[in-house]
Amino acid sequence: MSDRHHREGKLDLVQIRAAAEAGEASRRFWRSLDELAETPEVASALHHEFPRGLPRAALTRRDLLKSMGASAALAGLTACTKLPIEKIVPYVRQPEEFTPGVPLYYATAMPQSGVGIGLLVESHLGRPTKVEGNPGHPGSLGAADIFAQASVLQMYDPDRSQVVKHVGRLGTWEELAADIGNNLDNQRPLQGAGIRLLTGTVTSPTLADQIQAFLAQFPSARWHQYEPVGRDNARAGAKLAFGEYVNTVYRLDRAEVVLSLEADFLGCGPGTVRYARDFTDRRRVVDTRSTMNRLYVVESTPSNTGAMADHRWPMRASEVEGFARAVAAALGVKAGGGAVPPSVPAGAVAALARDLQAHRGASAVMAGDAQPPIVHALAHAMNEALGNAGQTVIHTAPIEANPVDELQSLRELVAAIQAGQVDTLIIIGGNPVYNAPADLSFADELLKVRYRVHLGLYEDETAVLCHWHLPQAHYLEAWGDVRAYDGTVSIIQPLIAPLYNGRSEYEFLALLNGQAGRSGHDLVRDYWRRQLGSGTVGGADFETQWETWLNNGVVDGTALPPKVVSLRASFEPAPAAPDAGGLELIFRPDPTVGDGSYANLGWLQELPKPFTSLTWDNAAYVSVATAERFHLERADFVRLRFQGRELEAPVFIVPGQANDCVTVFLGYGRQRAGRMGTGVGFNAYALRTSANPWFGPGLDLRKTGQKYHLVTLQNDHLINDREGRKVFSEESEAAFARGLVRVATLEQFRSHPDFAADPPEETTDAQSLYPPYDYQHGYQWGMSIDLNACTGCNACVVACYAENNNAVVGKEQVDDGRDMAWIRVDKYFRGGLDNPEMYNQVVLCMMCENAPCEYVCPVGATLHSPEGLNLMVYNRCVGTRYCSNNCPYKVRRFNFYLFSDWDTPSLYPLRNPDVTVRSRGVMEKCTYCVQRIQEAKIRAEVEDRVVKDGEIQTACQQTCPTQAIVFGNINDPNSRVSRLKAQSRQYGLLRDLNTRPRTTYLAKLRNPNPEIQA
Amino acid sequence: MPVGIEPQDLELAPGHNYGTVTDKISDIVLKEGTGKWWKAGFAVAIALLIVFHYGVVLLMTYGVGVWGVNIPVAWGFAITNFVWWIGIGHAGTLISAFLLLMRQRWRTSINRFAEAMTIFAVACAGMFPLLHLGRPWLFYWLFPYPDTMGTWPQFRSPLVWDVFAVSTYLTVSILFWYLGLIPDFGTMRDKAKSRAVKIVYGILSWGWRGSAIHWERYEMAGLLLAGISTPLVVSVHTVVSFDFTIAIVPGWHSTIFPPYFVAGAIYSGFAMVLTLAIPLRRWYHLEDFVTLKHLDNMAKLMLATGMIVTYAYVMETFMAFYSGNPYDRYMMLNRFFGPYAAVFWTLIGCNLIAPQALWFRRVRRSPWLLFVDALIIQTGMWLERFVIIVLSLHRDYLPSAWGMYYPTKVDWEVFLGTIGLFLTLFYLFVRLLPMISMSELRHLVHKTQAEEVKA
Repeated sequence: MSDRHHREGKLDLVQIRAAAEAGEASRRFWRSLDELAETPEVASALHHEFPRGLPRAALTRRDLLKSMGASAALAGLTACTKLPIEKIVPYVRQPEEFTPGVPLYYATAMPQSGVGIGLLVESHLGRPTKVEGNPGHPGSLGAADIFAQASVLQMYDPDRSQVVKHVGRLGTWEELAADIGNNLDNQRPLQGAGIRLLTGTVTSPTLADQIQAFLAQFPSARWHQYEPVGRDNARAGAKLAFGEYVNTVYRLDRAEVVLSLEADFLGCGPGTVRYARDFTDRRRVVDTRSTMNRLYVVESTPSNTGAMADHRWPMRASEVEGFARAVAAALGVKAGGGAVPPSVPAGAVAALARDLQAHRGASAVMAGDAQPPIVHALAHAMNEALGNAGQTVIHTAPIEANPVDELQSLRELVAAIQAGQVDTLIIIGGNPVYNAPADLSFADELLKVRYRVHLGLYEDETAVLCHWHLPQAHYLEAWGDVRAYDGTVSIIQPLIAPLYNGRSEYEFLALLNGQAGRSGHDLVRDYWRRQLGSGTVGGADFETQWETWLNNGVVDGTALPPKVVSLRASFEPAPAAPDAGGLELIFRPDPTVGDGSYANLGWLQELPKPFTSLTWDNAAYVSVATAERFHLERADFVRLRFQGRELEAPVFIVPGQANDCVTVFLGYGRQRAGRMGTGVGFNAYALRTSANPWFGPGLDLRKTGQKYHLVTLQNDHLINDREGRKVFSEESEAAFARGLVRVATLEQFRSHPDFAADPPEETTDAQSLYPPYDYQHGYQWGMSIDLNACTGCNACVVACYAENNNAVVGKEQVDDGRDMAWIRVDKYFRGGLDNPEMYNQVVLCMMCENAPCEYVCPVGATLHSPEGLNLMVYNRCVGTRYCSNNCPYKVRRFNFYLFSDWDTPSLYPLRNPDVTVRSRGVMEKCTYCVQRIQEAKIRAEVEDRVVKDGEIQTACQQTCPTQAIVFGNINDPNSRVSRLKAQSRQYGLLRDLNTRPRTTYLAKLRNPNPEIQA
Repeated sequence: MPVGIEPQDLELAPGHNYGTVTDKISDIVLKEGTGKWWKAGFAVAIALLIVFHYGVVLLMTYGVGVWGVNIPVAWGFAITNFVWWIGIGHAGTLISAFLLLMRQRWRTSINRFAEAMTIFAVACAGMFPLLHLGRPWLFYWLFPYPDTMGTWPQFRSPLVWDVFAVSTYLTVSILFWYLGLIPDFGTMRDKAKSRAVKIVYGILSWGWRGSAIHWERYEMAGLLLAGISTPLVVSVHTVVSFDFTIAIVPGWHSTIFPPYFVAGAIYSGFAMVLTLAIPLRRWYHLEDFVTLKHLDNMAKLMLATGMIVTYAYVMETFMAFYSGNPYDRYMMLNRFFGPYAAVFWTLIGCNLIAPQALWFRRVRRSPWLLFVDALIIQTGMWLERFVIIVLSLHRDYLPSAWGMYYPTKVDWEVFLGTIGLFLTLFYLFVRLLPMISMSELRHLVHKTQAEEVKA
């Protein structure tokens, strides 16, 4: 029970006793009232007695009096807690490199669905506070994605499982070791025939080695892998094309033309961060001589990749295959002929094929993980036909330690359970009860297993059905290793000792292997020492090597070498199945909470989803035309019936969605995620079957007549024309009318390089009655945001939350317009609603020279620094909110309540100690990460030099995978930001107001194929 | 009585002498006691005041989040109420100061309670800038006081000007009101039977003996304060309008605001005076003193200021389109057709259409019709402030930041609660103080008698 309960009310002991005796608590020992209160019965009794926080709408006079009385009564209960006596002793011997106030950075890597991304983690006094990308890691190049950024919050998550649980009671690791040892010993005579291991995708060499060792002990045991958002299709596609599993790495920095067959390579999946960088590097237009790559995307659901496309054609997921066959045929690949969906303009396929042909060896065809194997195989065939293999498309050996068809693997496990062959099931790090396909009825099958053990970060849906639940150590707490998208191995270095007595999967396997007590450090290190000995990784002595690997965050020379594979001679796709027609159901991992494992992270729940800016929920996406067909309005509650299963979900009308299909997002509807994620949204896994894991026909959609409350950060009001057809969004219309987003084609840019420029009277050249401030001495900070590079991935938003201790406010407050994001990604549409162009625009404080917020503050709490920064002094703010009213960009955020969590102890160390945690009633805003500026300036001053260009990176800039955000000193004409600002595409937002923003934009460019008419 | 002048054209019904006017007014306080109307009204007022306290406790406990304010609409009911209340106050000052300088005799019988209304309205108004702060306990940082940190208010901010304008206004209004009360306190002291009451009124009367030198100084001080107050009629609401015009929000940033706000203030203020005067004269049988001529005059002033306000609306709309400013143009279209269009058109109905009835003499001289019209106009003026604040903010420059504002229960509680505060103070005023200036009425008796003699 959290401390908050103590403070919020007096215990109704009678009620608690009744609840405790009725329920689980009567069957187990308890040490304290607190622990007793952890049982659901008592927790719910407590919850009724003192609800957490008083919901504003429901507050009655009685509630108020009760809560006032309760807070007084409660003080008594708090006083009963006797704090242990603590002795504070200074360092006798100060640890090396350890200076209070000076952060240290450690290289590590985060496994995401088994695939690693290299990171540098900032540590203050031994506690990790901020995650950054590792510039030396091929999958990161210094950038990080939203999941990596939020992972530090996950480590401190107070809802993580904290104790070993045995059948609902407290257990210990020692008891577990004895108990599981007995079970394994019983299996030993059977060679482990009844033992099953279930893991996610494993790329970790050490873990794979341990599992092999385990299987060597129990030769008849089986190892199953399952990832809910896995890459089965890609693996099967490779097998179909080449007859073997291969891993495919795309070199988009070499590609002039890219065709994405629903591959959201800028949005999710392995290598996304690197692909985004490589892709946008080919789009960095400096002047009229610059060239740009060209992206074609076909997809069912609007994605960040689709928004970057020069040509985007929406089509149902099932239609992509026909399109792929048509393109393949046009490229001379045996493809069996396919139907081109009507959304693709006439002649486009031929023009696309010509464009690809014209860039032989410098193009790439990519297939999405949700597309069936045949599409992957066709993509491989096309790449081979175009001579891309070995150029832009590199095949390597698989990065998985043991590549399998994971869905099949899970099916086999369930079949074995049904056949009564499974005696002991050990689940390492997964949550299959929640995310296994619905037709496998995994929860029911699981209960048939005699002995079930679960190791996981949370006491989740699977954990409660297992005899043993073991708290897993987070990757920031444990040693490990992991392979990146190209096979590069990183050693996972812990930043902190496990907060909650958790153990890593390595230590757990060591326990299974009879090496209980061996530390993760020894396990990983010994594995690599052996590798060095066996010559797998070459070079000097191991100690030096090991130190270098830890320091660099990568194990040198472990990127998998290119492998020459050729299309099977017999490759000839079977003729396409006939289009089933009807309404199609499509599954997608949620853009912010992924497969659901990040569901308890407030940063990600509050993060608006691309193009809908939906928060704290998932929804069923339908196109405008489909919505009209079914007479649907936004947030209508519909009943989705798919292959005999039903789900009720709210509808969201999304411009650019393909017609006649409904996309639902996985990762929501969690039952045991924690206080943030439980009960939020709708569980789309309930409709997902192993036959149709990604899409399938025959969806039945019925309106229930009810409405659901969906909350978006940015509104858009679709406007009806005279016939009642929705024609465009009012907000987008206004945005383009006001010149907020400026865009041209590459050709237009070449003939009119100044198309986006603001008139000189609106820029710094403008006349003024007042003498300009003299910034020439010292620094003057500024920022440039390249809209041509921004993919709208939201990493900057999460990075800002992490760096600046921003508060999470919850669905109701977001609905009230009180989110606390200092940086946001605005989205606008242009063109018809069926297939609009989609635009992202990152908006943060413009640091206006003539800042409208400054002169209206009655107490001078927001003011201008001599370096041009528009500063906010929290201590001085009385909260008139006048500054926000007068900010034309609406980038200021106000603490309408005490939004920051001041109560949860585990969140204290998460906070960046360089940034104030804000209190109730004060305004806050983007500061250009002034704490980083100050740090660099102090360092420069100590070293008696000026701050170098690039020395200061704002948090949003540092994590940006495409380097769309550049910050620096605009007094220095040679700084990167000054050179960007000198480009002809530069413009400012609302410069006609004479605010003279310091944050400026580089206009968006598109590079459509002139042969294709929209 | 002069030929051709109907009785209702008089500022004082015939047949009154010094004694009758004094007795009539002082008896309300000293003899009649608390009537059932008073008790019923006071109970309602106290009930609303409790609602106010409830809302404020919630506000202080949890923060301004209990209101519907948000980003982009960071000001909602609180500032609407502030501007509305402070506008209402203006009629009192206009009557007591401006009309005094203009030597308008008809002000005599209404100025006392109109001034009381001013003070109570400003008190209500003054609550809101304080309550709406995120950290209201630090409100004093808006005052220029010497502190050890050497920090001062930021004098470019109109909110600081507001602090000066409103506090000056409150101070001068109280002084002026109290000064006018001094001779009447003397009368009350002299007429009171109970010793305790004599002592209280005696202290309040500051030793008033009615000597010639007292009267001379009293007249001079009154004239001086009237001279000081008169500019305040114009300046206070001008400064309040600066809260908006100084900002760059479309719908706020407009040079027309100062005169438009002043006219609107007087407009709503007279509506409030009428709302109070009509029931008062009926309940306390003051028709002899607050005659139909008074009502007629106030209705005419309402009509005139209402037409100024109408003109301002028309010019605002015209300029939005004529200026070619796309943001202003959108703002105006959004008022006409946007999500709050119903509020806007209700405002037009209340402020533009309803006062047209005042062209008719029969309406102006029918107390109850006038009462209803005054209520409609007050509603309209409140809506006007709501439209200016919320409709301008909710869709300004960046469409991505557009939002909506919905008042919460606490918004309403605090708004209705200040009406309770106002009414409570007003009921106490009516019960404890002479609600019409006896000394000035005696002047009036003297003057009307002189006129009759002349005629």
